Amino acid sequence: MNPLRVIWLQSGGCGGCSMSLLNAESPDVYTHFKQCGIDLLWHPSLSENDGTRLTGLLQDIIDDKQPLDVLCLEGAVMQGPNGTGRYHLMGGDKPMMQWIKDLSGKAKYTVAMGSCAAYGGITTAGGNPGEATGLQYNGSQPGGLLPPEWRSQEGLPVINIAGCPPHPNWVTDTLGQLAFDEINNQSLDSFHRPRSYTDHLVHHGCPRNEFYEYKASAELPSHQGCMMEHMGCLGTQARADCNIRPWNGNGSCLFGGYACINCTSPDFEEPHETFCETPKVAGIPVGLPTDMPKAWFVALASLSKAATPQRLRNNATSDYIVTPPGKKEGNK
Amino acid sequence: MTQRILGPFNRVEGDLEIKINSSNGAVTEAFVSSPLFRGFEQILHGKDPRDALVYTPRICGICSVSQSVAAAHALAQAMSLTPTQNGVITTNLILGCENAADHLTHFYLFFMPDFARQAYSNKTWFSDIKHRFAAQTGTASAAMLKTRADWLHLTGILAGKWPHSLAIQPGGTTKSIQPQERIRMLTIIGAFRQFLEETLFDDNLESITALDSNHALRHWHASHLNSDFGTFLTLADDLGLGRLGELDVPLMSYGAYAGHHGKAHAFDAGIRLPDGTIRPLNPQSIQEDISHSWLSSDDGPQHPYDGYTIPNAAQQEDPENPAYSWCKAPRMDRDAIEVGALARQAVNGHALILDLLTHNSTSVRSRIIARLLELAHIVIMMEGWVKDLEIGEPYCAHSKIPDEAQGAGMVEAARGSLGHWIKIKKGRIFNYQIIAPTTWNFSPRDRHGNPGALEQALVGAPVHEDDDRNLAIAHIVRSFDPCMVCTVH
Repeated sequence: MNPLRVIWLQSGGCGGCSMSLLNAESPDVYTHFKQCGIDLLWHPSLSENDGTRLTGLLQDIIDDKQPLDVLCLEGAVMQGPNGTGRYHLMGGDKPMMQWIKDLSGKAKYTVAMGSCAAYGGITTAGGNPGEATGLQYNGSQPGGLLPPEWRSQEGLPVINIAGCPPHPNWVTDTLGQLAFDEINNQSLDSFHRPRSYTDHLVHHGCPRNEFYEYKASAELPSHQGCMMEHMGCLGTQARADCNIRPWNGNGSCLFGGYACINCTSPDFEEPHETFCETPKVAGIPVGLPTDMPKAWFVALASLSKAATPQRLRNNATSDYIVTPPGKKEGNK
Repeated sequence: MTQRILGPFNRVEGDLEIKINSSNGAVTEAFVSSPLFRGFEQILHGKDPRDALVYTPRICGICSVSQSVAAAHALAQAMSLTPTQNGVITTNLILGCENAADHLTHFYLFFMPDFARQAYSNKTWFSDIKHRFAAQTGTASAAMLKTRADWLHLTGILAGKWPHSLAIQPGGTTKSIQPQERIRMLTIIGAFRQFLEETLFDDNLESITALDSNHALRHWHASHLNSDFGTFLTLADDLGLGRLGELDVPLMSYGAYAGHHGKAHAFDAGIRLPDGTIRPLNPQSIQEDISHSWLSSDDGPQHPYDGYTIPNAAQQEDPENPAYSWCKAPRMDRDAIEVGALARQAVNGHALILDLLTHNSTSVRSRIIARLLELAHIVIMMEGWVKDLEIGEPYCAHSKIPDEAQGAGMVEAARGSLGHWIKIKKGRIFNYQIIAPTTWNFSPRDRHGNPGALEQALVGAPVHEDDDRNLAIAHIVRSFDPCMVCTVH
């Protein structure tokens, strides 16, 4: 197998995607790269060389002297002010935006690491003061730094490993599949995210699912109930496998006691009013579970609320399990 | 005089370039530039104040929890809300977990690989160091990454995930800890202790924190040459790192780990002047100067409650304009300040650090010693905190955001003092200003021409024609454990 030569650059982001990648386990990130034949030509946190060694390497790629298989970008592309890209200069006076443009045609695959590089993400919130954009999307609109019809040398659009940050294994899985030549257009969803994790909803495997079933809702931070009704949770709409493939051991946002903010989605950075409350019309949450007709949701919710066991009612608004499951056990 | 631009630097968590003037092979003047602007302070304007807990951690992927804690403290002050005792402890645990992970990551992944660079190939220790610390291929990084990932399971239990958690709230944290989870946390901390004791120190943590003088440290070094810390001390002696990156400015700490056993902080707040006197911290004396920043202002330096951030990139193309960085220049009573583990331990009066500073200024060597010393300290304290949790008691206090209020959140990230200042009007964020640790350390000049901490520390450092040989500068820069994404935000 030929090595998969990867370069990883950062622009308008926080570096959290890289930090999350370092959390990879069984195996760790270096072992994963070695086993998949991934040759990390350069990474901002993990490489020895910098300065002219870096800019020289980038120039060699642009000049076709150094082959490149995967270009990874972490962070949004800074186009401001006024489209000049001067909010991020690298290597003296050259806007990072220009470096990315020059490099994007040189790789077999281009990968956006995280929601900023994919869609603009947090960096584009609040009126987008930096004129930031994703690589091939601007929010949910196709076309970012690169036009919608752009395709890499292998005929793929920018692969968007969205998430804020992405789970380390969303990154290692995707790079591994690229190394084994197993990614094609069918591997990506409608926003060009790997379906390996976006064919799931955050709701799948949610540790609070029984509270959801009976609409036994949390009312304040630290309560144990379902967070969809009041606390702004978007887990029933969010495309990711966070509760099937936990974080940092057995964690997830829901496990940690706070709402899913749908960070794998374009435009997640601008909620209706706030991240912390569920927007409602006439008492009904505006955002309903994916694929669920509104009338059915309303009917089922009122039915299940009427049937909520006292145990769940008690536990939903408590910090601890105050009422354990009933005494009946066994098969008889 | 020769002038050149060094960079882009890597292993500094973001973007950094430095203009160097030199003569006779030594730096005479340095101009430190942060070349990335994102605009978080504008992004936050007009938002629901609670949403600062979502936005501000995402300023930085390595100081994410520190940003969360600063935001939560600022909101708590604005809400006049006192967190629950359990919430105070879990917040300290989550912050301690991040800070310890960052200290470990800095030493193994960001700092030590520079000694494995080819420019040192004539050194007797080179092949050993390359084998152990080379970026990506060194034996240390594989072991360290596994340890780091296991360690962050602690935050998995306490806060769901790292980085970017919403568990830290003004009134405490969102996750109640069950009795069996407390035992799990003790085992995670114990396993981390084991790595530090077997690999980093080759000694128990208590022996490290008990080191009380440079003499005691040298004595310890002689019998622990093969530990990773011992290896660093050997390199420091061989390369004269105790006299490299020297700096004589006030050292500052906002105070770390709130409400520890009845004290305001586990590590005290304060300012230590170069003559050794300790002054109380006066947050009102903080001002941000933008005379050398690519920012617009009609006013002079401002306290962060009143400051603002308006980018002006046109200054980049005006050769007459003195600005050279997106970074502001925070000053305390007009002084440039050094922050970080060394400053924290100096202000807190650790005997070893005080002894080092009696004989020398701050230096590359003392910054690294303080960081590893503090790492041992944090782990010991965390073992105690886990035991202090009162199972069954609440984790989060609750209150509403007032329509008009202001609050400051001043905490210590791994790399130094981090402050958030929020003003709320009509229930929304009216102004939100952030001063990060590396804003202090890597600031540009102020209106009086006073350089920032790194700019001063670089003066006198040897400069080579060949970029790859400029390792003295690389050691000085990285000894501060910079976080450039925080710096400008």
